[in-house]
Amino acid sequence: MAVDSSLAGRAFPATEPYTVSVEKLREFAAATGSDFDGGTAPATFPIVVAFQAMTALMQDPEVGIELHRVVHGEQRFTYTRPVVAGDTLRAALTVDSLRQIGGADIIGTRSEITDADGLPVCTAYATLVHRSPAEEPADADR
Amino acid sequence: MQTGDVLPEQSYTVTRADLVRYAGASGDFNPIHWSDRVATSVGLPGVIAHGMFTMALAARALDTWAGAPGKVRELGCKFTKPVVVPDDDEGVVVRVSGTVANVTDAGVQVSLQVMCGEDKVLGMPRAVLGA
Repeated sequence: MAVDSSLAGRAFPATEPYTVSVEKLREFAAATGSDFDGGTAPATFPIVVAFQAMTALMQDPEVGIELHRVVHGEQRFTYTRPVVAGDTLRAALTVDSLRQIGGADIIGTRSEITDADGLPVCTAYATLVHRSPAEEPADADR
Repeated sequence: MQTGDVLPEQSYTVTRADLVRYAGASGDFNPIHWSDRVATSVGLPGVIAHGMFTMALAARALDTWAGAPGKVRELGCKFTKPVVVPDDDEGVVVRVSGTVANVTDAGVQVSLQVMCGEDKVLGMPRAVLGA
């Protein structure tokens, strides 16, 4: 089943504020083996906040995504500055593009991550591939 | 760093325990990252690493080359091949190498290669490091 064809261009409300703790950064850095200086987050840490925005998209019943059919096709981050401990972040997701290839919906998303002052921190671009039930499983993640 | 510089390969061992830790730290509890039963039911060869975990290893290599965390200005890739992680103590090795593609006022552009065995597991991984 294809997702709602009017999805392209749709903007979702910003996620609830997420405060970045030293403990959380230490846990994330330890899980990925990254160096941690006590303040600066590992580069992929913003996925934690962006993932909340993507979850809201994927769980919206009007959109028509079935979670277990989604694989992560592509991910890109552009950073205005690194995330640091003490930041309070929100992610506002927009669907940039929607196309269909071989029965799969290719959903291009952009999550603008801002700090407590509303200033930009990072933009997370994710391409989500929503496979139709008839398709063979892709050899990609998630 | 100068254009053409080859950055020394970084090699990371990934075990099931690492995936459990990453699931907890990231909040991604998809069972294909811890259950062989679920992974094989959707056609995967077995439990696979989170794509974002593999990308985090690429970021770790960038920090090592840059000499400090917080230098990455851009990071992007496609998820082309899964990293299959066996249920044993040896795990599997992910290798990250890089070359400096360009140096401009905007930063140092690095082309990465992220391998597991003979497979390129990330497609077109690229990064920009700030000064």
